[in-house]
Amino acid sequence: MIQIENLHKSFDGHEVFKGISLEIPKGLVLALIGLSGCGKSVLLKHVAGLIKPEKGRVVVDGKEMGKDRGKALRALRDRLGFLFQGGALFDSLNVFENVAFPLKEKTRLSHPLIQARVLKELENVGLSGSEYKYPSQISGGMVKRAALARSLVGDPEIMLFDEPTTGLDPVTGQSIIELIDACHQRLHFTGIIVTHEISRISPIVDRIAMLHEGVVWAQGTPSEFFSFEDPVVRAFLGEASKCRS
Amino acid sequence: MFDLIKRFGALTIEYTRRMGVMGLFLFKAIVFMVIPPLKFFRFLKQIRFIGLQSVVVILLTGAFSGMVLGFQGFYSLSRFGSDAFLGPMVGLALIKELGPVISALMVTGRAGSAIAAEIGIMRMSEQIDALELMGLNPYRYLVVPNLLAAMISLPLLTAIFDVVGIFGGYLIGGKLLGVGAGTYFGEMASYVEMQDVWEGIYKSFSFGIIIAWVCCFKGYYAGIFTGFGSEGVSRATTQAVVLSSVLILVWDYFMTSILF
Repeated sequence: MIQIENLHKSFDGHEVFKGISLEIPKGLVLALIGLSGCGKSVLLKHVAGLIKPEKGRVVVDGKEMGKDRGKALRALRDRLGFLFQGGALFDSLNVFENVAFPLKEKTRLSHPLIQARVLKELENVGLSGSEYKYPSQISGGMVKRAALARSLVGDPEIMLFDEPTTGLDPVTGQSIIELIDACHQRLHFTGIIVTHEISRISPIVDRIAMLHEGVVWAQGTPSEFFSFEDPVVRAFLGEASKCRS
Repeated sequence: MFDLIKRFGALTIEYTRRMGVMGLFLFKAIVFMVIPPLKFFRFLKQIRFIGLQSVVVILLTGAFSGMVLGFQGFYSLSRFGSDAFLGPMVGLALIKELGPVISALMVTGRAGSAIAAEIGIMRMSEQIDALELMGLNPYRYLVVPNLLAAMISLPLLTAIFDVVGIFGGYLIGGKLLGVGAGTYFGEMASYVEMQDVWEGIYKSFSFGIIIAWVCCFKGYYAGIFTGFGSEGVSRATTQAVVLSSVLILVWDYFMTSILF
């Protein structure tokens, strides 16, 4: 379970969060939406412990992020996967080495076991045959798939997705969404997906929350969310559907 | 006026903070260097990059520095009828001063800039965040191998520079201008002491620390202290080279004047 309690954060005097509170029960996936620059990715990085809150706290399965250091923090992060917007693949390693990296560095698995596991994960994301290509040699969609494989190879219990479909064509974007759904069915992780593509993401998420003016402006199940009469929500959904059409 | 003082104060605080962050960065790097595990293959890769791949540039600069010293030394000394002391002059100048300093400046330009750019790009493209999120320590992967490799490579490169430079000086002074080999090397052996060699080694060792520290730091904090995007990386790289070079010269002065 992820609990975000009364989170405050400012950058250069600009208050990004003015008391964000959210709760994501175990095994459920939340879509986080909002205008560009409203702090969605910043919130994700708070959950991952990459940014420390000024006030408030993020609690993951009873443990407060940002409080623990060293081994305790590493243990918490072992259970966490993060899909970065740009993939964040190591550009000096090929796809296979990228996916194998966490296993090589953090486990004592033998080379054949690592190889089998990586190849299986790459097959799951549809990247069989591209193992020995470098990130600069593959398309944006393939980078996202490879990054997804890397973040899933450790069987995380919590997955954070930072705009997984941004910059992709609709077909590739849809395939990534389906892939995320398939992975969720397989691993049952608790997840947060930061996205602008609410109508396409909504079928695979359990809840939707909208950030606006530094607070959680609206939240609910997808069906509740789409029936909200709030003008800010309506405006966002209206523009989002225009973009989609 | 009040505004000016306020801005000056804010700037002073900011730069003091950055210096603190930089000091802490070195402290952490040394701590993680001492505490195992060492990422051995990355360390070997960096030895190859910082050390082995700098040999050609060191050979070239060493040879020509020695040759210039041979020329200048001979013409200066011959005015006083002391051209027999060309060997000690070239030897001492190279071993105590020029060898460590020029080698360090060459390595800064060749390897230091690349280290800053590589780590800077990793920071910008969130690769360092990815490392952290895997529960891995970025210092162990990015900083410690560079620091250790530079500490080992610099004294060795300086030794190569010194030897090639001494022979370069002999090529000009001995072969071209007529100072005999016996005089050149004999006088050098009489006047250059082991303490002088150690001085050069200590200096190059400390320059290795400076190069790796500054260049890794600038890359690691690209985007935080230098602005975002490719411009941020280019600024980090420039600052890394400039600051390393300045620190090498300043530290060289202090080591020469205080420690020796």
